Amino acid sequence: MSVILVFLAVIAGFAGWWLSHQRLTAKPWLEQGLAGDFVGLDRSALPTAKIGLGVFLAVVGCLFSLFTSAYFMRMGLSDWRPLPLPRLLWLNTGVLVLSSIALQCAVVAARKGQIDNVRLGLATAGFTSFAFLIGQLMAWRQLTEDGYLLAANPANSFFYLITGMHGLHILGGLIGLGRTSVGAWNGARPERLRLGVELCAMYWHFLLFVWLCIFALLAGWAATFIDICRGLLT
Amino acid sequence: MVDITPADAVPPAEVAEMELYHPHSWWTKYVFSQDAKVIAIQYSATATAIGFVALSLSWLMRLQLGFPGTFDFITPEAYYQFITMHGMIMVIYLLTALFLGGFGNYLIPLMVGARDMVFPYVNMLSYWIYLLAVLVLVSSFFAPGGPTGAGWTLYPPQAIMTGTPGGQDWGIILMLASLILFIIGFTMGGLNYVVTVLQARTRGMTMMRLPLTVWGIFTATVMALLAFPALFVACVMMLLDRVLGTSFFMPAIVEMGEQLQHNGGSPILFQHLFWFFGHPEVYIVALPAFGIVSDLISTHARKNIFGYRMMVWAIVGIGALSFVVWAHHMYVSGMHPYFGFFFATTTLIIAIPTAIKVYNWVLTLWRGDIHLTIPMLFALAFIVTFVNGGLTGLFLGNVVVDVPLSDTMFVVAHFHMVMGVAPILVILGAIYHWYPKVTGRMLDETLGRFHFWVTFLGAYLIFFPMHYLGLIGIPRRYAELTDMTIMTESAHHLNSFISIMAFIVGFAQMVFLFNLIWSIRHGREAGGNPWRATTLEWQTPQTPPAHGNFGKDLPIVYRWAYDYSVPGAKEDFIPQNVPGNFGLSKEPA
Amino acid sequence: MAIALVLVLVVVGSVLFHFLSPWWWTPIASNWDYIDHTIIITFWITGVVFAAVVLFMAYCVFRFRHREGSRAAYEPENKRLEWWLTVITGVGVTALLVPGLFVWSRFVNVPSDATEVEVIGQQWQWSFRLPGKDGKLGTSDTRDITAENPLGVIPGDPNGQDDVVVEAADLHLPIGKPVKMVLRSVDVLHDFYIPEFRAKMDMIPGSVTYFWFTPTRTGTFQVLCAELCGQGHPLMHGVVMVDTEQDYLAWLGQQQTFAQLSAPQKTGSADQATASGLNVAAKLETVEAR
Repeated sequence: MSVILVFLAVIAGFAGWWLSHQRLTAKPWLEQGLAGDFVGLDRSALPTAKIGLGVFLAVVGCLFSLFTSAYFMRMGLSDWRPLPLPRLLWLNTGVLVLSSIALQCAVVAARKGQIDNVRLGLATAGFTSFAFLIGQLMAWRQLTEDGYLLAANPANSFFYLITGMHGLHILGGLIGLGRTSVGAWNGARPERLRLGVELCAMYWHFLLFVWLCIFALLAGWAATFIDICRGLLT
Repeated sequence: MVDITPADAVPPAEVAEMELYHPHSWWTKYVFSQDAKVIAIQYSATATAIGFVALSLSWLMRLQLGFPGTFDFITPEAYYQFITMHGMIMVIYLLTALFLGGFGNYLIPLMVGARDMVFPYVNMLSYWIYLLAVLVLVSSFFAPGGPTGAGWTLYPPQAIMTGTPGGQDWGIILMLASLILFIIGFTMGGLNYVVTVLQARTRGMTMMRLPLTVWGIFTATVMALLAFPALFVACVMMLLDRVLGTSFFMPAIVEMGEQLQHNGGSPILFQHLFWFFGHPEVYIVALPAFGIVSDLISTHARKNIFGYRMMVWAIVGIGALSFVVWAHHMYVSGMHPYFGFFFATTTLIIAIPTAIKVYNWVLTLWRGDIHLTIPMLFALAFIVTFVNGGLTGLFLGNVVVDVPLSDTMFVVAHFHMVMGVAPILVILGAIYHWYPKVTGRMLDETLGRFHFWVTFLGAYLIFFPMHYLGLIGIPRRYAELTDMTIMTESAHHLNSFISIMAFIVGFAQMVFLFNLIWSIRHGREAGGNPWRATTLEWQTPQTPPAHGNFGKDLPIVYRWAYDYSVPGAKEDFIPQNVPGNFGLSKEPA
Repeated sequence: MAIALVLVLVVVGSVLFHFLSPWWWTPIASNWDYIDHTIIITFWITGVVFAAVVLFMAYCVFRFRHREGSRAAYEPENKRLEWWLTVITGVGVTALLVPGLFVWSRFVNVPSDATEVEVIGQQWQWSFRLPGKDGKLGTSDTRDITAENPLGVIPGDPNGQDDVVVEAADLHLPIGKPVKMVLRSVDVLHDFYIPEFRAKMDMIPGSVTYFWFTPTRTGTFQVLCAELCGQGHPLMHGVVMVDTEQDYLAWLGQQQTFAQLSAPQKTGSADQATASGLNVAAKLETVEAR
């Protein structure tokens, strides 16, 4: 359970930082009147939707940390046989990186008000994300054809489970991306469009990050890395 | 003393005007409503309905335990289905949903001075997914093989094996599917509660001016958002084990002489995931109760809550600590015994902030002006049962003391007292307290007092003696208490007594239900602020509050939530949105 | 007003119940009176706190109940009082925790002279295995379980040949000798629990758990399963008899070893085992038929 505890420690760090700005040691009964001195504390300057997405990403992060924790705990048992990762996953990773870059370009374009480039960025991102999902499905097929079936070994089970879960999150993101794209083509208000694009980009960057972690985990680098750290500590 | 702005120089509230969705039809106003208050009532009604199902299941169980062999239709199979559904419904579908979905939705926007939740559409979806989860759960009663009988902890391997009711039928699948749906729905709602507290507080409402109710619900929601994924992961993996034959949790097994296909999995892994959710879950239920009871006591004792800052720190501290105590449910699970040292220590440390909260409630009563209204009575009863249940937690948390007591009726008595009776007493008190705001009428006083006395004393008489059954060593989850050398004749009598009390207490809840419905039309008119309370929900222009909560302008907050009996003030309460400095010239001792 | 009186009655009633009621733990039969002492300490500390808090509350309700014209005092906090209460609570918690951890370290560290006894749980019966003359239990594997080898002892392991197999029958233990119960399950979670011994531990399929104790009194004790293991859970009883050394040796002499049991002519006992498992199943049937 160490991975999830580390993740929660990071969350606790954020929470602690935020709480430390809420004057938790103030004596509220002595502060009557309009709290003009601390209006800045009332709420964050970030748009509410972004904070909402941030909280949601924390939940998603928690979910994948838990899968990772379970992975490491199950990995320690004797019947674990790692499976060879299909080379296709490298290509898929590249495609997902492209997707993130495209959305980042869309964000820049949205800030400059270049609606055509926003549309281009959104379309590229949508297209590459679909390509990623199809690539993942092909990787699954390749593995099953090579005889690495879901129930044959826990390493296989975890591979399908975690990649599937990640794919579902991308699929969910595509709904949001679709809505933003509809707005981009039907002339949504610029500030609204910009927010939508930024939210999509934030989500995609996070899922890319999650994917890179998963990739490292499934390829066995994460375990090696932890072993090295453990070696350094002892 | 920081008295900053005279009232007339106050700029309009700075919260951005929300784009409220204005319903056009009856359907969008009352059914597919995006108004948090309507959603709150939908959540509460659904949770109460399914809660009554769980209550009747407990009656059936008590029939079997109190009068063994008398009721033929309660087979061991049926008994295990009853305990499983009773436990799961009470913990998840009633308590979690009612505190967060019900009270959270109703109170958060009103108490922080917001027009609605920040994402009303998502909020509406949250309820409908919750309802779907409940329906899937209920459907398992009608599925072939009936609902699962794996116990609410759903421990594999037995949860998905033939020796357990529903294990190889639909029961366990529907259970897991329902939980997964619940978690998805809850996450949607939870995002709303958290972000609303973060972003939609009205001008002047700093975190340290929030009523403790909001602090409790807020912290509990943050915890729930981080803890429920663990249950989600456990459910998904078990579903795969059950349906697709993977071996996440399933080791090599010989079932009734037959080798199963599974190999090498770890049942302990499930327990870690389950309790990583399960322990925070206890506080997810407890923290809102802590918050609400603080407000009930303060309001009805006409005195500010004692040690507000300590109360806030304790809530946050308990919330954080509750993530590192989960394995105290697993002392005798066969995990590495040295974990026991660590988890016993963290568990007993968590007793300290909890004890501080108890002291502060009691010290709030000290030199108060205690109105013994029904909400106050429930709050007092909460303290008794919570202290009792909390103290027996010190038995079970202290690793070696847990060894003889774990898996006995002592545990059943403990957790019913601390997270069954105590939070439900708060819920009941809170309903008596806020019902006038929700409906505009008071609940009937006579019925209410009857309900209180029967519930409090009855529940105490059920669960206090039950600890001693556990002390004898009588295991929990026994469908039959026969053929046991430790089970004396007198213990059987005690069991019958407990069962009879359980029927009486259950009956009192029917009276309460009647009161709830009857008073909507026939209750005494309440007015806007019958308890003379300070918090914002009592200051709305209409009662019940209209869509948008506060009329044209959002309230502006000038003070904390507990200005009761301020020296120099004429009234014994000053609402949060009343400006001015009431002669508090010297710092109070 | 009634509530103040009731609160006092709750305290008085609970204390009287504690001291006067007939429901108390069974007479102990093992060395774990340490655990009983820890429970007693816990009862005293928690009992005092419970009585103090509830009686104080009753006093407050009585003394400060609303009367015409009365007004509450104004006291937002009292740092000193709060810190004092925190410190006292801390001391109380430490007084609970320290003896608890001390006894726990005894509980998890098995004395070196303890003999191993293996308990195997399966739906819904108990079996046992004692190391033979070599003092070592042979290794076992769930995958090796067959009708002839119901405990899954690995046939190739020489340590296992002389193991005494007690298949679905009573276990005997000699008095005064520490025993390490090595726990194994072949299907679901079980928990080997004898109330008189105070100790218990879950048994997990796929791994081996343990606890230890020293029997201190002869007699017959009932084994209960303390972890939900399916429909037959409440019927999963067993018997452990604590004997004097002589009686124990006499009993041991009558038992059969793994090698004897797996010899071809001796397949009878396996049938007997299945029969015992079927007993519970049959009992369940009758319960359901009722």
